[in-house]
Amino acid sequence: MSPLLQAALTIFVGVFGCVGYFYAANVVLDKVIFPAKGEQAGRNINRANLVRPWIFLFPAVTALSLYLVYPVIGSILRSLHNRAGDEFIGLGNYVALFSDETFREAVINNALWALIVPASATFLGLVIAQLTDRLSWGNIAKSIIFMPMAISFVGASLIWRFVYAVDADIGLINAIRDFFGLDVLDPLQVPFWNNLFLMVILIWIQTGFAMVILSAALRGIPEETVEAAIIDGTGPLQLFFRIKVPQIMGTIVVVWTTITILVLKVFDIVYTMTGGNLGTQILPSYMMAFMFRDDGRATAVAVVIMIVVLPVMIWNIRQARSEMR
Amino acid sequence: MDNIAGSSNRLKWAVNLSVLIIVISWLVPTVGLFVSSFRDRDQISATGWWIAPLSVELTYRTRGDGTPRQDGDLWVIEGNLFESAEVAEAFANGGAEITGFGVAARTPDGTMPGDEIETRDGGMLRVNTDGTYRYTSSEEPDTRGPRVYFAATTPPEFTLDNYRTILTADGMDRAFFNTLTVTIPSTIIPILIAAFAAYALAWMEFPGRGLLIAGVVGLLVVPLQLALVPLLNLHNTIGIGQSFVGVWLAHTGFGLPLAIYLLRNYMVGLPRDIIESAKVDGATDFQIFTKIILPLSFPALASFAIFQFLWTWNDLLVAKVFLPSSDETNVMTVKIADDLLGSYGGDWGLLAGAAFVSIAVPLFVFFTMQRYLVRGLLAGSVK
Repeated sequence: MSPLLQAALTIFVGVFGCVGYFYAANVVLDKVIFPAKGEQAGRNINRANLVRPWIFLFPAVTALSLYLVYPVIGSILRSLHNRAGDEFIGLGNYVALFSDETFREAVINNALWALIVPASATFLGLVIAQLTDRLSWGNIAKSIIFMPMAISFVGASLIWRFVYAVDADIGLINAIRDFFGLDVLDPLQVPFWNNLFLMVILIWIQTGFAMVILSAALRGIPEETVEAAIIDGTGPLQLFFRIKVPQIMGTIVVVWTTITILVLKVFDIVYTMTGGNLGTQILPSYMMAFMFRDDGRATAVAVVIMIVVLPVMIWNIRQARSEMR
Repeated sequence: MDNIAGSSNRLKWAVNLSVLIIVISWLVPTVGLFVSSFRDRDQISATGWWIAPLSVELTYRTRGDGTPRQDGDLWVIEGNLFESAEVAEAFANGGAEITGFGVAARTPDGTMPGDEIETRDGGMLRVNTDGTYRYTSSEEPDTRGPRVYFAATTPPEFTLDNYRTILTADGMDRAFFNTLTVTIPSTIIPILIAAFAAYALAWMEFPGRGLLIAGVVGLLVVPLQLALVPLLNLHNTIGIGQSFVGVWLAHTGFGLPLAIYLLRNYMVGLPRDIIESAKVDGATDFQIFTKIILPLSFPALASFAIFQFLWTWNDLLVAKVFLPSSDETNVMTVKIADDLLGSYGGDWGLLAGAAFVSIAVPLFVFFTMQRYLVRGLLAGSVK
């Protein structure tokens, strides 16, 4: 069977299966188990309404438990077992990780990524949001800066491979160096700095995201505060940093954390550009080095990533709960 | 607000100029890829894409072949270098001009067109700008003419050859359809499941609701990496293995938290009056959901659909783990990262073409449906 046909069949089965399930379950509940007639009509309606939410939730909760909750537990357990998975070795995999030079390098690089990328993307996004705010062609400008969001990390990496190419007739970086009479070099082989060159790619992608959200937040600032500040004689810079930015601090934090979480998960860029060599290893691509080879080690790396993300997760849940009240 | 104190004309200029510089620097990398994908290999390595519309100067090597004829006591070969067998293909489109020539590899363009130079075997060679040459020798030359090096400018040339090669010979067409196969069910199925759950979480009262919502928010940030090993083992155990079905299931599971979160946030904001009056009129929850909530939530459904589409189309990790690595099943991202980058590391034109094939559809979706994308982002992040 050709894959496309299989896909069409899956859509058909999936969509009709879903709709059929919801419809049938509701009918069964209302007509068969708790019919709204006879002596106990009132009690039955109440009972049916107690069950109904779980009918609506059942497929989602099942999928979530199977595809997200179970793996968290499964990964933690698996990481305590050896390569073959038949022997419990406690923290053996973690001990092996921490004594690995590459792992330490990956942790340090990951920390750099998690600091530099969100900071730069949020700052650039904020500045661009403010600059384009009252511009007649601001929307076009925003569209262009937002565009990399649609491009895959692999595609973006290829785009930047051209920029970094080791040839003054292909790579822009080397073309500029050539123009100033400098020698051709490979940006991806310069120790330490190559990490920054890789980060530029993600900043290029994520700035648009920060800009879109921060620009909406800037527009939401009450005009009165801005007007009052201007009447009091505030200059444009002061107006921006001391009046506007403090009012959207909450949104800035949300953008910052969202990008941080993303940074901790992205492996595509390093994988495509350097394969983790040349001192650019990060945790997600380090994990892929063990994937299909040593499940115990691979899951241990995944658990480390999870632990790093955990504080953000708890903070997120707290935010969501306080909003609901 | 436009002309109040504090915003002078000079400031306006500065703002316009700086935004212009930012926009150009954001656009340049992509434009470079786009232009390069239409240039052939020789032109790419000869000049930068930023001067692609200008003529390209390259050096060539050929032989001044031709049938010798006798002219007085001299032997003469005449012809056109552009038509000689070794380079004819490169000049098929015409418009080329010779800027210099020579008879040794060391000085391939040392002699100006129109001048004469002595060849190694003692003859004299003259090459003109238009490629015509005249070789004279006092002895009878053999049928192979003298070795000639020359530099020529060719007019800029844009071709679809890269795309043709990528799509026919390299299986990028197959990869394109594989991506499509992965993407469409992975986009449609989670929407339905999530919509029902979001309705229950938004408009039904039941114990444990708050906890479930908190759970969904928590799952939003669970790193995908955790799911890979246990799920792959699970798939292997229940017989799905590495297959499209596995990818669809995985994408559905991974997409659900965001889908439920986005849709619930949107549905909660719908007016309470409509839902309550429908209930008073005797509508069941199922009817309220299908007849009122679903149509009203269209913008949120569209936002999520676009997110999920872009995410699954651009995904590398899930496809790499849950699909077998073979030409039959590789999606475009895997194809580029694992296959083309290795085999075409130096063929920039082909790489650019492949990259552009893979980003064309997301870019189209992005530009046509940007409104929904922005709305979804705002609903998902700003609260």
